[in-house]
Amino acid sequence: MAAFIGLFRRDLSLALRQGGDTGLVIGFFVLAVVLFPFGVGPEPDVLQRIGAGIIWVAALLAALLSLDRLFEADYQDGELDLLALSSLPLELAVLAKCAAHWVATGLPLALTSPFLALLVDLDPGSVATLFASLLIGTPALSLIGSVAAALSLGARRQGVVLSLLVLPLYIPPLIFGAGAVEASAAGNGARAYLLILCAVTLAALALCPWASAAALRQALE
Amino acid sequence: MINWLANPARFMRLSARVVPWCGRAAALALAVGLFWSLVMAPPDYQQGDTVRIMYVHVPAAWMALSVYLFVAVASAVALVWRHPLAEVAAGAAAPVGAAFTFVCLATGSLWGRPMWGAWWVWDARLTSVLILFFLYLGYIALANAFDDPSRGGRAAAVLALVGVVNLPIIKFSVDWWNTLHQPASVMRVGGPKIDISMLAPLLIMALGFSLLFVALLMVRMRTALNERRAMALRLNAGAIPDSRPGRGRALSAHTMVP
Repeated sequence: MAAFIGLFRRDLSLALRQGGDTGLVIGFFVLAVVLFPFGVGPEPDVLQRIGAGIIWVAALLAALLSLDRLFEADYQDGELDLLALSSLPLELAVLAKCAAHWVATGLPLALTSPFLALLVDLDPGSVATLFASLLIGTPALSLIGSVAAALSLGARRQGVVLSLLVLPLYIPPLIFGAGAVEASAAGNGARAYLLILCAVTLAALALCPWASAAALRQALE
Repeated sequence: MINWLANPARFMRLSARVVPWCGRAAALALAVGLFWSLVMAPPDYQQGDTVRIMYVHVPAAWMALSVYLFVAVASAVALVWRHPLAEVAAGAAAPVGAAFTFVCLATGSLWGRPMWGAWWVWDARLTSVLILFFLYLGYIALANAFDDPSRGGRAAAVLALVGVVNLPIIKFSVDWWNTLHQPASVMRVGGPKIDISMLAPLLIMALGFSLLFVALLMVRMRTALNERRAMALRLNAGAIPDSRPGRGRALSAHTMVP
C-alpha cells in the first residue's frame, strides 16, 4: 500500500510541478469549446441544444491529448522496467498512475465544465448534471486511455495510433455522459444515464488495469 | 491439434493442398447462393425485391462478428502459448474481417435508404458495428506500427482481447435498446422465424462466405509466412560480410532454409 501511495504521489507531483500538463489540458478544453460558437453560430438555442455534447467531446479530446504522458516518459528513461520488477503488482502500479492522471487532468476538466456550461447557455439543472457526469465519467477516460497508451508505447507515429485506438473505446462514456445532460435538459431525469455511466466506469476500473499491465509487460520484453 | 499445427512447414504443406479445393467450394457455393437468392427466391410481401440485399448483408454481418471472435481466440492462443501460427492467423484474418464489416455497413446503408428513408441511422446496432469496424482498423494500424513485427503482433493481440467487450453489445443491441434495426430472426430461441424459401439461400450464402474466409485466410497466412522467410533470408544475407560479392549471399541463403 505504501508503494501504491508513493507512486501516486510521485506521478501527481511530477504532473503538477512540471506545470504545463494540467494547464495545457484545461487550455485546450476551453479553446475547443470556444471554437464551436464560431463554427455553428452564436444563437443561444442552438448552443443550448448541442452544448453538452460539445463539452463532452472537447473533454474526450483533452483527455486524449494528455494520454501519451501516462507511460511514455517512464518508458523512455527505464522507470517502467523498475516498476515491473518491484514488489508492487504491475496492475496496481497502473491503477496508481491512472489515479494520478485523473487527479491531474480528469478532475480539473470536471471542475472547469460549469464555467464552460455558462458559455453555451445550459440551464442550471443541466449544469449540475454535466458536472456530475464528467466527475463520474472522466475516471473511465483515464483507465481506458491507459490501455491504449500502454499498447502504443514505442510505436511509430504514436499519437495517431493512440487516437485511432482510444476514440472508438471512448464512445460508451460519451453516449451516456452526453445523454445524461440531454435527459436532464428535457426534464426526464438523468438518473438512469448516470447509473449506466457509473457502471461503465466501474467496469473500466475492474478490467483496464489488467489489460494495461499485460500491454506493458509485452512492451517491456 | 494445437501443437501439431504449430509447425509452419507442416501448415504450408497442408494448406497448399486445401486452398484450391476450399476456393472452388467457395466459388460454387457463392454462385449457387447468388443465383438462388437474386433470381429464384421469392420477393418479400412488404419489401419487394429490396429484400435480396439481405442475402449479402446478413452473412457479411455474421462473418464480421465471427471473424473478430476468431481473431480474439487466435490472439489469446498466441499470447498464452506463444503459438507461432496463431499470431500469423490473427494478423491475416483481421483485414478480411474488416472487409466483411465494411460490406455489412455498405449493404446495410443501401438497404436503409429505401426502407428507412435514410442512409444512416444512429441506432445501437449500427453504432456498435461501426465501432467494430474501427476496432478492426485500430488492430491493423497497431499491428503495423512497430519496427519489430512480432512486437506489433503482441500489442494488437491485447487490443483484440480488449475489443471482445463489444461483441455481446452488438449481438444483443437489438434486444437491449429499442432500435430501428430489426431483432434477430434466424439465430433465436425457438428456431428461425424466416420462411424456408428464403432461409435456404441465406444459409448457402453464409456457407459460401465462410468458405471464402477460410480460403482467403490460408492464402494470406501463406503469404505472411513466405514474407517472414524472405525477410529472414535477407537479414541473414546482410549479416554476413561479403568480401566476394554474391558469394556470401548464396551461402547464407542455403544455411538458413530448413
